[in-house]
Amino acid sequence: MLTSTIHILPLATIVRTRVLPQDGRVLVRPGQKVSPSDVIAETSVSRKHVVLNIAEELQVQAAKVDAFVKVKRGQKIAKGDLLADAGGLFGRETRSPIDGRIVALGGGKLVVEISRASIEVRSGLVGTVTELVGERGAIIRASGAIIQGVWGNGKVDAGVLVSLIEKPADVLTPAQLDVSLRGSVILAGHVADPNVLKSAAEMPVRGLILASLSPTLLATALQMPYPILLLDGFGNRPMNSIAFKLLSTNIKRDVAINADIFEKNVGNRPEIFISLPFSQEPPEPRDVEMFAPGQTVRVLSLTKPCQIGAITVLPADPVSLPNGIKTLSASVRLETGDEILVALSNLEVLG
Amino acid sequence: MPVSLVEGNSLLALDIGSVTTRAAYFDVVEGQYRFIGMGQAPTTLAAPTRNIAYGVQAAIESLQKLIGKPLIDADARLILPSQPDGIGVDSICATVSAGDVVKTVLLGLLPEVSLKSIENLAMSTYTRVVDTIGINDTRNINEQLDAIFTQTPDLVLVAGGTDSGATAAIQKELELIGLASYLLPEAQRPAMLFAGNEKMQQQVRSSMKNLVSGLALAPNVRPQADFEDLGPAQRQLANIIIELRQRQMPELKELRSLSGGAVLPAIYNQGRMVRFLSRYFDTGRGVLSVDMGAASLSTAMAFGDELFTTVYTQYGLGEPLAGLLNQTNLDELARWFSLNLPSEALRDYIYQKSLYPAYIPANAEELSMEQTLVRHMLQSAMRASIAKLPARYRSKTGLLPAMQPILASGAVLTDAPTLGQKLLMLLDGLQPVGITTLAMDQNNLLAILGAASAQNSLLPVQVIDSGVLAYLATVISPVVQNVSYGTPIVRAKLIRNDGSENETEVKMGAFQVLPLESGQTARLQLRPLLRADVGLGPGRAGEVDVTGSALGIVLDARGRPIRLPSDSARRKELLNLWQSRMGG
Repeated sequence: MLTSTIHILPLATIVRTRVLPQDGRVLVRPGQKVSPSDVIAETSVSRKHVVLNIAEELQVQAAKVDAFVKVKRGQKIAKGDLLADAGGLFGRETRSPIDGRIVALGGGKLVVEISRASIEVRSGLVGTVTELVGERGAIIRASGAIIQGVWGNGKVDAGVLVSLIEKPADVLTPAQLDVSLRGSVILAGHVADPNVLKSAAEMPVRGLILASLSPTLLATALQMPYPILLLDGFGNRPMNSIAFKLLSTNIKRDVAINADIFEKNVGNRPEIFISLPFSQEPPEPRDVEMFAPGQTVRVLSLTKPCQIGAITVLPADPVSLPNGIKTLSASVRLETGDEILVALSNLEVLG
Repeated sequence: MPVSLVEGNSLLALDIGSVTTRAAYFDVVEGQYRFIGMGQAPTTLAAPTRNIAYGVQAAIESLQKLIGKPLIDADARLILPSQPDGIGVDSICATVSAGDVVKTVLLGLLPEVSLKSIENLAMSTYTRVVDTIGINDTRNINEQLDAIFTQTPDLVLVAGGTDSGATAAIQKELELIGLASYLLPEAQRPAMLFAGNEKMQQQVRSSMKNLVSGLALAPNVRPQADFEDLGPAQRQLANIIIELRQRQMPELKELRSLSGGAVLPAIYNQGRMVRFLSRYFDTGRGVLSVDMGAASLSTAMAFGDELFTTVYTQYGLGEPLAGLLNQTNLDELARWFSLNLPSEALRDYIYQKSLYPAYIPANAEELSMEQTLVRHMLQSAMRASIAKLPARYRSKTGLLPAMQPILASGAVLTDAPTLGQKLLMLLDGLQPVGITTLAMDQNNLLAILGAASAQNSLLPVQVIDSGVLAYLATVISPVVQNVSYGTPIVRAKLIRNDGSENETEVKMGAFQVLPLESGQTARLQLRPLLRADVGLGPGRAGEVDVTGSALGIVLDARGRPIRLPSDSARRKELLNLWQSRMGG
């Protein structure tokens, strides 16, 4: 059975595509080195409009308005500018009530765009631009440690990694946050107190890498100006052992935290990247694997901590789980040495 | 080259769901169509594969292994039609529920007339209504335009005006959507279905065809102010949904070509089959089908030719769970939670499950939580579906109308470890009344058969007759008012054809099971007490023919609606008692 892999690797080469949802201006060039907060491409989208009924104001039929209009599509206008003039002794005129840009005219109406929202896409890691993607963005190649999470609040930043976690099950409290952490990316366990998130914003920090978060803080987390990345999810869940070990060995290093909001069709998992020196470029991990004996897997559980193990046997046919559900499964030897039967749906291949 | 289904030929039917892709094979055995087998594999729509063909191929390979017959050649191409040596298949059809929810804007006139009908149309498939604009909308045109810009809908559904009615107000709304579409980047322009005043169709075609990404015209969903007719528009909408899906899944184009266009949304096919079954069973009652999926929950109710389908994209055991607590609160949700755990455990489960839609409950605790969620979602969906029925099918009590049978699908229901768990989830969630047979569509065949039925009318009949539905139980659910728990409300006597008998008296609040094995038939005599209605009318006694099933005859005297004790400990005790009465 085909499955996507989760990357928690001490050294790998990754290739990431950073593109806008529509054409815009690409700000990098091939070969350029980029840092996590560098803007790769930017554009803007129309947000607010004003529809002006010129025919009504001129008191003429809609079909006749075009002859009286004094502006063109795409033209910038300022408040008070003449838009249309019916001419003649008693002809009426229409002046713009606002600043903006003409985006449409026809049917006796004129549409003025009065504001646009900018969209930008950032690098999210330290790497090199290898290729441009039309007018939408670029492909970046980077080597270092990669740790993928399960949830992000949509923000991107980078900073020095500081640990406030000693054991995977630790809970972060507001008292642990002090001004010395300003500008750093904090590695911590579970957060259940909203004051932790607020204090971190006040300092401010450059990011929070957490094992888990109480779901009651979801809305607050989305509003925070800094990235928050969850490695193991919601509820009081300890940090998985592989990520804990890998991140703990990289304390004081610069880390990029790209807390993407996961979209299953895009595959943009939230991830932490730590740029590391190498003598020979490390291999690229595979994004898809067939389940196979020997693979290192994360055994998911929604009510218990996840565990790490290795697949030992892959029965060809569905087998009954302890709760009676029959499904395709695998035997997995856990780090503890225990061997358990797990539904393939509940396994993530680490690679 | 498109291949039409020809009666007597074999059929490969694909069901591409949000989590699982299934491949079912049907062929003629001893002169009758039979369901031969099914293979399945994970759907491969999501990144990094982003190509449903991988999942389809894996499902077909799994099927090949099962039936021992090659359907794909060495170049991974379908062997179509079948060859003289027996390999391959003669025809193919497909049904699709995978894909993003379709963001939809509704345009109409009056809230309780055309807007209501166009909303019913939207909810009959995989949409999420992101804005509604009618003549009573208090926003000015600038605000309406900006709202459409912010939402960037995939689809705009327009209704309004009876066939000899208003045109000016609709014209104004069309101008709005035309303007928004013109201003949007070409790749973001919505598709549009117009199902309003039929006299405007020509005008709509000429003014909108170059402005929207796809335009369809359907007969008026509200041809008269007091008459709604969604059927023809639903067919058009089904085509639009597939067109939109094809943008996300280009591989569908090939499937459509191979099947001669027989690729439609699963809910459309599910509805088509339920309507067919309603005519086929012809019990004088409705037929209900519920499908509890990972991405949505859908219901289809048919009363003869009249069909009412609704897709609840806010309910589902995967991603929609992240928004479940926006629809309800934790206390309400935890009413059906029988474990001695804080309700926060259930809350954490909901959010974590939304991250892992394909996750299968791994222990008894998780299974109980999942089944709690199913009960809540079924109840919420049924309340809404019942409220949408025309008054002639609704009872004053707001209870489910009489249904025979009720069919259930979705892995959480069909794969539950015990028959009792399957039955109780359905009884608690749907709360049927009177005499009903509950059956599991354990291979999720309804939508597949609906897809096949459009071109081969024999196949669904013969396959249904061959016993593909797993009958769980015949359930008698008396309705009685103001009776305290423990009071006898029904006496029942089961007289089997082999002459053996069981007699029982059922008390309010209790469950009774009268065994009647599959294949057996019997007469069931029902004598209600205290004017209880067992489905024959208040206080009316009677005798009905019943057929055996996995659990036999179940007398569910817990009342309708089921009222749970407010005390948490007592409630949990009762829930556990009911579960144990049904075998755990």
